[in-house]
Amino acid sequence: MSALLDISHIDMVFPTPKGPFTALQDVDLKINKGEFVSLIGHSGCGKSTVLNVVAGLYQATNGGVILNGKEVSEPGPERAVVFQNHSLLPWLTAYQNVELAVKQVFKKTKSKSEMKAWIEHNLHLVHMDHAMHKRPDEISGGMKQRVGIARALAMQPDILLMDEPFGALDALTRAHMQDSLMEIQNELNNTVIMITHDVDEAVLLSDRIVMMTNGPAATIGEILDINLERPRDRLALAEDHEYTRLRSEVLKFLYEKQRKITTIDHNNKPESTSGDLNGKPLGQKPKVA
Amino acid sequence: MTAVTLANNPGESTAPLEAIKTYGATITKLVAVPLAGILVFLLLWSVAAQNIDTSLGKFPGPNAVWEQFGALYQEHQTERTKEAAFYERQQVRNAKRVAEDPTYVPKIRAYTGKETFLDQIGTSLVTVMSGFLLAAVLAIPLGIAVGLSKTLNTAVNPIIQVFKPVSPLAWLPLVTMVVSALYVSPDPLVPKSFLNSMITVTLCCIWPMVINTSVGVASIDSDLVNVSRVLRLPALRHVQKIVLPASIPMIFTGMRLSLGVAWMVLIAAEMLAQNPGLGKFVWDEFQNGSSDSLGRIMAAVIVIGFIGFLLDRGMLQLQRFVSWDKASSSR
Repeated sequence: MSALLDISHIDMVFPTPKGPFTALQDVDLKINKGEFVSLIGHSGCGKSTVLNVVAGLYQATNGGVILNGKEVSEPGPERAVVFQNHSLLPWLTAYQNVELAVKQVFKKTKSKSEMKAWIEHNLHLVHMDHAMHKRPDEISGGMKQRVGIARALAMQPDILLMDEPFGALDALTRAHMQDSLMEIQNELNNTVIMITHDVDEAVLLSDRIVMMTNGPAATIGEILDINLERPRDRLALAEDHEYTRLRSEVLKFLYEKQRKITTIDHNNKPESTSGDLNGKPLGQKPKVA
Repeated sequence: MTAVTLANNPGESTAPLEAIKTYGATITKLVAVPLAGILVFLLLWSVAAQNIDTSLGKFPGPNAVWEQFGALYQEHQTERTKEAAFYERQQVRNAKRVAEDPTYVPKIRAYTGKETFLDQIGTSLVTVMSGFLLAAVLAIPLGIAVGLSKTLNTAVNPIIQVFKPVSPLAWLPLVTMVVSALYVSPDPLVPKSFLNSMITVTLCCIWPMVINTSVGVASIDSDLVNVSRVLRLPALRHVQKIVLPASIPMIFTGMRLSLGVAWMVLIAAEMLAQNPGLGKFVWDEFQNGSSDSLGRIMAAVIVIGFIGFLLDRGMLQLQRFVSWDKASSSR
C-alpha cells in the first residue's frame, strides 16, 4: 500500500537575529490512508512546525511533503487544519463559519441546497446542530472546537491536521471531545495527524504514535504502533494490560530517553543546549492556551 | 430577579422593598446626580457672569442665553415668512406678466436674505458630514492597503507621521487657492466656500482614519489569516470576509476620533475663512458687537457642544449596529 502522505526528509531552519536556528532535522514519515497518527513530544520540540509544513503554512528549508503524489507548496483545503484555539471568525455564527469553508471548496460542485445540507450534516456530526446559529462568543470552548472540527471536516480533506485540538479544554470536556472524535473517525475513517501533549489521548486515539526528540534540530525518535482494537472504550482500556504497556512506553520515551537536560530548578547554566528560540529553558515555556 | 430569589427566604416581606431601593438608587444615579451637576454649573455660571463686565455689557448668564435662544428661533421664523412672501410676490407678478404677454417665460429669482442661526447649523452639519464621508472613502481603502502590505506601510508611514500633527487650518489658505484655481465653472454645483471647508475637514479626518484602519488590519489574529490561507480565499474575498470585519472595531475608533476633531476644526475654519456655518455666525456676532452678541455667541457655543456630543453618540450607535464586537463599542 503506497503512502497517502510522504513527509520526505524535511529540515526547517529559521533565521533569527542570533543566526540560523535549526528547528527540525531530517523528519521523515509516511502516512497511509485512513491512518490516525499522533505527534507527541515536549513543548517546543517542533511538532507544530511539522504540522505547519504539511499544511503548507511554512515551507521546509530542505526536503518536501508529497500528498497523493503531488508536492505541497501552499496551504489548501485538502489539508484542513483544526487550530488549537478554534480560530472561528467571531463575527459569524457556527453555521456561517462552516458555510465560508463549504462555499469556497464546493462552489462549483454543489448546489445551494446541497451546500446547506452538507453544512448541517457536518454540524450534526459534531453534535452542534442545536447551536448552529450562535456566534462563537455565545458558546463554550469545547463547542467552539467542535465547530472548528466541523469546518475542517466540511472541506472533505484528504488529510486532517489537528494542532493540539483539545489542549485548551478542561479534562472532562477533553474526554468528551476525544469520544466524539473517535465516533466521527469510526464513521468517516479520515487520515489524521494530531499533535498532542497528552499521553492518554495519544494512546486512546492513534494507530501510530510518533515520538519526537527534543529540539533544537528535533527529529523523529521512535514510532509506536497502537494495535488496540476499535472501537475503543476508555473505561475498559484503563484496565487493559496492552494499553498500560503502550502508555508506559510513551512515558518512558518522554521522561527517560528524552528527559529534559535543562536544570531549571538547580543550576541554570547558560551553556545548557536545550533552549527554545528565546534561549529560555524549554520546560518553562508557557503553554499557549 | 433579586425579588424572586429572595421570596423564598423567611424575610420575604423585605424583598420588594429591596427591589424598590435598588431601583431608586439607579434613578438617583442616572438622573439626580447629573441634574445636580448641571444645577451647580448654572449657579456658578450666573454668579460669575454677573461679576464680569465687558465692553459689550455684562457677560451673559443662563437667563440671557435662554432669551437669545428664543430670539434666534424667532428671527429664523421671521426670515422664513419673509422668504415665503418674497416667492409669493414673485409668483403673482409673473402670473400677471404671463397673462399680459403669453410669450413671456417667467424667471424665478432666488431669495437672498440673511442666513439665520438654524441655516448656519444646517450648513455646518452638511459640511462636516460631506468632508467626513469623503475622508472615509479615501482613508479606509488606503488604510486596508497599508495594513496588508508591510512595504506600503514603510513607504507611506513617514508621510502620514509628518502630516498627522499639522493643524488642518494651516492647510486652509492652500486649499482656498487651489480650489479657486481648479474649481472654475460658470454654474458651480456647490459654492467654493463649501468646498474649502469640506476639504479642510477631509484633511483633518483622513490621518486618524488611515492610521487606525491600518493598525486594525495589521493586527488581525494570525490564525484567522491562516484559516483564509487554508481555504485559499482569493485576495478580494479575503479582504471582504476576513480583513474588513476583523478590523471594523478599529476602523470605527478612528472614525469617531476624526469626527470629533473634524467638528472642532470646522468651526475654526468657518471663522477664519468666513465660510457659511456656525463659525461664521460666531464671528459675525463678535464683529457686530451689539449688547446681545455675547449671549448669541454663548448660545452658539452650547449648540456646538450639543451637536458634537450627538455626532459622537451617533457614531457609537452606528458602530453598535455594524460591529460584531459589542465589547469594543460599549465605551
